[in-house]
Amino acid sequence: MNETIGAYSPAEEDMAGETLTLRFSPSSVPLQQRWRNNGLSADFMADYVTTFLPADGGDAMPEAQRDQIRGAVNFIANELLENAMKYSAEALSHPIYIRLQLENARVAFWETNTVTAEQAVAFRAFIDRLLGSDPDEMYVEQLEKSAEGGSAGLGFLTMINDYQAALGWQFEPAVDGAVTVTTHVAVTL
Amino acid sequence: MDTIIDGGTHKVAYDPATRTARLAGVMRLNGMAEYAPIAGLLSQCLTKTDVLTVDVAGLEFLNSSGIAVLSKFVIEARNSGTALTIRGSKSIAWQGKSLANLQRLMPTLIMDMQ
Repeated sequence: MNETIGAYSPAEEDMAGETLTLRFSPSSVPLQQRWRNNGLSADFMADYVTTFLPADGGDAMPEAQRDQIRGAVNFIANELLENAMKYSAEALSHPIYIRLQLENARVAFWETNTVTAEQAVAFRAFIDRLLGSDPDEMYVEQLEKSAEGGSAGLGFLTMINDYQAALGWQFEPAVDGAVTVTTHVAVTL
Repeated sequence: MDTIIDGGTHKVAYDPATRTARLAGVMRLNGMAEYAPIAGLLSQCLTKTDVLTVDVAGLEFLNSSGIAVLSKFVIEARNSGTALTIRGSKSIAWQGKSLANLQRLMPTLIMDMQ
């Protein structure tokens, strides 16, 4: 039984606009090594999106706006991949997906990874706090906690505060008691 | 603590002659633990001068952990009474989005966007 929270809308197979999906297989490669891939993937996704922005003639999008879109896609994709890499239960053998959709000046992301039941409970509690709090205040609170190692959620808060992103999540039971979580981020630029 | 950190794709250095800490390149480090040397270098600057510039004009990418490190540093600078200027670049997209919020943490912060 799926559960959705926040501003979640599912990725549809035949949705309009340009889409790109990357899939990362479960891996025994150490996190340090896999981490390098985040930047490469985020850079690629950002560059990829800009190829679809109008570049010629009277309809050409101003360079500054193209840079804004490229920067936002790079930042958000990188954050989503970092979260996926950090919070994927390594012992489980589930892939990570990240999908990007560009339609007019609106960019949407869906990032899917699988976590343990315990991780899902903790994450769900964090999201409930996030959706019920003032994001600026919560950012400062999380900053104070981050000294103790818990920097979770700073990525989401930065997306909300700095990019006015709308966030939503879907939780789906997976095999062996695990939970597949999809994070949806929508930004209008 | 060294006054230069060279991480390959990023570099952090403090120049006492200009009282400027410069961060440049691309920073996608994994959490507070990996940013600790950079956070440490910035904190050290507060013991060396009452007037400090942090120059990120050459910092092309900074992930949320890095923004958090900068945010915490701004709070630390505010609490220490240091006069702080952040120099950035108008042509780098993330800076326009994320640096302005630092001023909310420290109202006397001077933003110098070029």
